[in-house]
Amino acid sequence: MALVEIRDVHKTFQRDSQRIDVFTGLSIEVPEGTFLALMGPSGSGKSTLLNLIAGLDKPTSGTVRVAGAEVSAMTAGQLAPWRARHVGFVFQQFNLLPVLTAYQNVELPLLLAPLSKRERDERVRIALGVVGLEDRMDHYPRQLSGGQEQRTAIARAIVADPTLIMLDEPTGQLDAKSSQEVLGLLQRLNQEFHKTIIVVTHDAHAAQRAKTVLHLDKGELIEQQGVAR
Amino acid sequence: MKYFPLVLANLGRHKRRTILTIAGVALALFLFASLRTVVTTIGAAAQFGSARRLVATNATGIVFPLPLSYANRLSTVPGVEAVTWANWFGGRYGDGKRFFANFAVDPVSYLDMYPELVMPADQREAFLREKSSAIIGKRLLEVFGWQLGQDVTLQGTIFPGDWTFTIRGIYTPSDAVLNDDMLLFRHDYFDERIGRAGIAGWYVIRIDDPNRAASIAKSIDDQFKNSSTPTKTGTEQAFNATFATMWGNVRLLMGTIGTAVVFAILLVAANAMMMSARERTGEVAILKTIGFRDGTLFALVMLEAGLISLTGAAIGLGAAKLLYRATNFNAAGFLPGFDVTPSTIVIGAGIALLLMLASGLVPALRAARLPVIQALRHVE
Amino acid sequence: MKIPITYNVRSVLRRPLSTALTALGVGLVVAVFIGMLALANGFNTALARTGSDHNVLVVRRGADSELSSGVSRETVSILAASPHVATGPDGRPAVSPELYVLIPLPRPADSTALANVVVRGVSEQAWEVRSNIRIVAGRRIQSGQAEICLGRKLVPRFAGTAIGQSIRFANRDWSVVCHFTAAGSAFESEIWGENEQFMPVFRGEVFQSVTLRLKDPAAFEEAKRAFEDDRRITVDAHRESAFYVAQSQLLGRILQILAVLITSIMAVGAVFGAINTMYAAVASRTPEIAVLLTLGFRPRSVLASFIIESAIIAAAGGLIGCLLALPINGIVTSTTNWASFSEIAFSFRVTPRLLVAGVVFAVVMGVVGGCFPAWRASRLQVVQAIRAV
Repeated sequence: MALVEIRDVHKTFQRDSQRIDVFTGLSIEVPEGTFLALMGPSGSGKSTLLNLIAGLDKPTSGTVRVAGAEVSAMTAGQLAPWRARHVGFVFQQFNLLPVLTAYQNVELPLLLAPLSKRERDERVRIALGVVGLEDRMDHYPRQLSGGQEQRTAIARAIVADPTLIMLDEPTGQLDAKSSQEVLGLLQRLNQEFHKTIIVVTHDAHAAQRAKTVLHLDKGELIEQQGVAR
Repeated sequence: MKYFPLVLANLGRHKRRTILTIAGVALALFLFASLRTVVTTIGAAAQFGSARRLVATNATGIVFPLPLSYANRLSTVPGVEAVTWANWFGGRYGDGKRFFANFAVDPVSYLDMYPELVMPADQREAFLREKSSAIIGKRLLEVFGWQLGQDVTLQGTIFPGDWTFTIRGIYTPSDAVLNDDMLLFRHDYFDERIGRAGIAGWYVIRIDDPNRAASIAKSIDDQFKNSSTPTKTGTEQAFNATFATMWGNVRLLMGTIGTAVVFAILLVAANAMMMSARERTGEVAILKTIGFRDGTLFALVMLEAGLISLTGAAIGLGAAKLLYRATNFNAAGFLPGFDVTPSTIVIGAGIALLLMLASGLVPALRAARLPVIQALRHVE
Repeated sequence: MKIPITYNVRSVLRRPLSTALTALGVGLVVAVFIGMLALANGFNTALARTGSDHNVLVVRRGADSELSSGVSRETVSILAASPHVATGPDGRPAVSPELYVLIPLPRPADSTALANVVVRGVSEQAWEVRSNIRIVAGRRIQSGQAEICLGRKLVPRFAGTAIGQSIRFANRDWSVVCHFTAAGSAFESEIWGENEQFMPVFRGEVFQSVTLRLKDPAAFEEAKRAFEDDRRITVDAHRESAFYVAQSQLLGRILQILAVLITSIMAVGAVFGAINTMYAAVASRTPEIAVLLTLGFRPRSVLASFIIESAIIAAAGGLIGCLLALPINGIVTSTTNWASFSEIAFSFRVTPRLLVAGVVFAVVMGVVGGCFPAWRASRLQVVQAIRAV
């Protein structure tokens, strides 16, 4: 069974009097353990698709299932804890709370779980270790470089061991070297730790690192590269 | 609470704003406590009075005297244990800028009637022995720099001339509401000097049974009803209470100002919370994305508002309590026993809670209700 | 180059809620400021109007109020014969000997509450000699009758005060035959009646004060010396106006001190609010400031601009405060003037000067509050600011 099942999803936005149809009957299956890159021009609906999978938004019609749960039918009250358990999300920028240290930022999702301080501490350190930032854990976001900020955000995304890690243009604001760092990390997470990763990106390098690439244009699936397992 | 570091971190984001807002709340609560204490102090003075003491004055008006001859007749009224009398003197000391109560009393019976005037036995003896002596409240030692054994001269305003007394006793009131800055001298000295007019300003009467106060008072008044100087007798408490009303509608004035103060600080606190909330829309979105519930976010914002208002309240109320205690403030004698009461502190805490709700509610609701998708646009 | 004020006005309107809250906070401080000073003002005015520069008030030497004084008939005759005294329209010397006592009257709202009301015994002369007295209802007191005339401020505040009704004191009923006004002065809180009727009831053969009109008001000092040096009598002579003003000093000063104290503390709180608002404004407008600096406006223009903006918000608050305080003008309240132990009723008095002072106070709060944030704005380096664009 695929980890993510999107079936005949329609999504329409109403902006003042204008009606924008983003998806008109989209169906996709994302298998477990894959590293998927979603590409396409702006306005193709990539970010919207990501939001639908994460339960941040609801389809106008159709279903979205993640790990067997029908996310599209859950209430806001059900989605919050579901997200805490199943989803790690990384945005293009402004991921971190500027008033908290890297350590405290990474700890955030764990506050939602019934863990003791010691247990939380353990996991935070592991997560920061994976992204290679243990020596920076007491730094504030303004003291970190762009790449380090994004890696911290990734640490936060994995710390609760979620089912799915989703990233929206994670390298969009980074220079080449930092981009490489981040993408290498993602690859490692997928290959070594078997994390399922979905990345929305413009970056061709990111697409290269992924196992599967989906192209979206005007809400439709154009191309599929790589092996779908 | 494990979310505490998050709340504190948010407050620390704009340290200056947080400090200024807390300071503003502290000032407002300090003012509130001060204003309310004026009302409670006047109220306490109005409540003061022994249940076993009655005060008899001239029914025509308090400014008219009663004959000294009434003393004997009063002591024969059934239920009366003891009788004493006093005359308001109204003398001024020095430039007269510092007002203090001074009156002539019948030495033995007055001190006997008011055990609240605590004095060493030898000083009491001296007062009873020397005709031109006086006893003073201990505050007058600091106010005028007087000392035991010193001669002081008052200017008579009602009874003209220079009146000199020797300070032979210093009393400490056992109840804070009783003025600690009065000067009492001897009625026989007074009477002789004004040519034996035989007058008493008012009588204080101790009765055996407080439950019969009303009936004994009535029988006293009945006795003198048809004479040329009828009396008006009531409990000491009632007598003090009428003085309290003479201030005018102080309660209304203080209450109005107090309300304006609380309202003004509410605006300041609400503004501060609102500004903080507006700046954090993106972060609220991130927290919701991570999986924080709406209810948790609501609580976090309220907690933030609560920390500000409760800290400010603690500082303001505490400062008022300590300041007035430490300086022994009594508004130059007009408000003896000026002290912040527990009820004022409780009401102050209530105001702090009100502040928390009023300043935090709207931002908290907005944070809770924020549709994540909309907010994410702020993020990206 | 000065930054145009429209920039500030429009910016202020862009954050309406924050601006409104700050302005309202300032407004409340100004309202309390005006209100309390109007209270002090009203009290002081009532007493200041009570006396005239043309008159001399004579009391026994050493007495600090009419209440504690005693003046004999002989003294009155001696004073009346003085060349300093003006002659009334009827050819008699303009001299008013008066009795002054306090009687307790219960307040209708709360019968345990008593007010010590002034009862003044007067002769025919008093209506002429004392200033601004006008009978506005009823007729003059008839000689030999137990009749009284009430100052207008007493009428709504006690029972039995309408014309034709009677008030009971000193074991007698006194019938109310007129109401009088006295230009808002303390006399309007008094009960007036005939000396001859009051004396046997109250004080025997002694008056409390004598008021005389001077032939030449400029010759007050001379007259004062003449009376006080006269061996036959022991008196103090005061200019009538100065006497009553002195009576207002104690309470008047207390009210003023209270006003300043309370509003100062409130003002600090309001200034804190203004500081917060302006700092937030500067922070959120960093890109705009960068643009202004790039265009060529000087840092000190930026400084001035933000201070003016803060002052504008505060001035708006000041106007709001004036509007809030205006309605209390004319409201009558009463208190006991501790200097004379008597109850006096007076109205709140909001004067144009007070309103202006209120707005100025507001602007000062705004300027103080805006100082530091404006300074911060003017120190902004263009490079820093551009990065935030």
